[in-house]
Amino acid sequence: MTLEVEGLKVHYRTLKGDVRALDGVSFSLADGEIVGLAGESGCGKTTLGKSLIRLDGRMRHVAGTAVLDGEELPIGDDKAMNPRRWSAVSIIPQYSMSALNPTRRIGRMIAELLRSRGKSYRDHRDELVRRLELVGLEARVLDNYPIELSGGMKQRVVMVLSTLLDPSLLIADEVTSALDVTNQKAVAETLVRFRDMGFVKSMIVVTHDLSLVYQIADTIMVMYAGQIVEKAPAETIIKAPRHPYTRALIGALPEVGLEYGDERLQSIPGKPPHLLHPPTGCRFRARCPLAADECAAEPPIVAVEAGHEVSCWKAAD
Amino acid sequence: MLELRNVWKSYRVGTLGSKRLTAVRDVSIDIAPGEVLSVVGESGSGKTTIGKMVLQLTSVTRGSILLDGADVTARGHAARKAYYRRVQGVFQDPFSSYNPIFKADRIFEAVRESYFPAVKRAEWSARVDDVLQGVRLDPGSVLGKYPHQLSGGQLQRMLIARALLLDIQVLVADEIISMLDASTRIDVLNLLGELKERGLGVLFITHDLSLANYISERVVIMRHGAVVEAGATGKVFTDPRHPYSRNLLASVPQLHRKWSDSDAEPEALEPDGDRDVPPPPLTEVDEHHWVAGV
Repeated sequence: MTLEVEGLKVHYRTLKGDVRALDGVSFSLADGEIVGLAGESGCGKTTLGKSLIRLDGRMRHVAGTAVLDGEELPIGDDKAMNPRRWSAVSIIPQYSMSALNPTRRIGRMIAELLRSRGKSYRDHRDELVRRLELVGLEARVLDNYPIELSGGMKQRVVMVLSTLLDPSLLIADEVTSALDVTNQKAVAETLVRFRDMGFVKSMIVVTHDLSLVYQIADTIMVMYAGQIVEKAPAETIIKAPRHPYTRALIGALPEVGLEYGDERLQSIPGKPPHLLHPPTGCRFRARCPLAADECAAEPPIVAVEAGHEVSCWKAAD
Repeated sequence: MLELRNVWKSYRVGTLGSKRLTAVRDVSIDIAPGEVLSVVGESGSGKTTIGKMVLQLTSVTRGSILLDGADVTARGHAARKAYYRRVQGVFQDPFSSYNPIFKADRIFEAVRESYFPAVKRAEWSARVDDVLQGVRLDPGSVLGKYPHQLSGGQLQRMLIARALLLDIQVLVADEIISMLDASTRIDVLNLLGELKERGLGVLFITHDLSLANYISERVVIMRHGAVVEAGATGKVFTDPRHPYSRNLLASVPQLHRKWSDSDAEPEALEPDGDRDVPPPPLTEVDEHHWVAGV
């Protein structure tokens, strides 16, 4: 087990009270596993990714643990987390195209970063160049300023940089959403290749695009209103989803081949609940076509099959 | 109705405009009333420039754009204002389309002030309620709110409603749903479908092939500023003839096939050459199906 998260709760402090962005999240990640994390905006998926590497000033670790390679991550302790960042846990941020320092040549920026971690640029340069070549970039980009590279190139630089120290866990947050289809595929396949070559042990891919994450993930977790509602192997989530929310998400995807005239796609009515005062019981109940009286109580986590867990009263039907 | 005839566009780039970049090369397309035409391409293919030229946000270098047979290039403010009664655009990022310090419904008031100053307030709010219902929004839940209080899908639909207040003939929709959530984007997409049934012509600019296929009868695929393949959506998607279209189609993530299942390598494409020479002409390979350079 690379990562084991148990009952994780992270709240955002606001003037009106705590927003429960993560409200009891538990899952585990095996060695070499790529897990996709899907859901609508505001369901807590980015918060989950960020909690495992760095809480920003508004976030507060309330409860729960995360154990990485047998060692507990001090989630709430910014200082204690610092030595683990980049070397044990690393992230490719959501807007990685603007993640590079515009005033430094890329090589120099990387050198400064390495020095801040007490590592020497000279020791890592050969490996850096090798990996840049692997993603189709020449060593020459190290002498460029970020502005001289295209969006796709910057994205690849950040991917190489994030994984340079062979982290055990990589969090890729919406890395493909700003790219067009051809670049999307290249970036997604590079993530898989990094895993296959052992640059990272396991990966959490955060995205709202189910069809993309299906292409690369071994397991998919669907989040709703701060909780994980369904977790299963990628194939199962797409082919045999059990949770009504997962079904609705898949039902809203246009596939090549489907036309407006033949069949109307359905959106999900309503919007996710505000997490300042999350509803009791099943949180999807207000939008759920199957909702019944029992849904007013907290739904059980049902293991429909090995590795397929659904948090729904109707899962057994 | 709307027609682009051999349109070219070059931008001046670099220091003091020392270099020229040809963004659109010899593009001819047309949109009929009640039709959604999709323009598909990757970043830098010139698809957004086409939308901008139709909206007269940038000038046409060569060629002409015609609306009902008349050249649309407006001379002066009055002509441009009249043009915008007939053609309107909605863009990618709904949050930056609004001024965050004003309430979102201010966009409707702005339309009244500049186009219908004679209409009484009560009558105007009845009209606004009507168009909002037309885009499937509940007036009570969107009026009087600030942009940050509304979802991206609601904001995009309000912008479409604003365009509809003007009784437009053509709507330019530039990536209008790529920033929306999977759950709400479908509402906006289905709305475009309803508008087309009401007789509006829509220029739907997107990089997402599955969306283009879902909503439009005809599609134009662009690369390096020129059209590489065009025709009936069904034909282009089931039988793509240009290697670029085939690559593009193979990269779309889909739920019924995995990339890893097919070993087909992407086909080699012609590199970007001199953009000032005319692109290879389109030939009709099948009924309603044209491909460049066969």
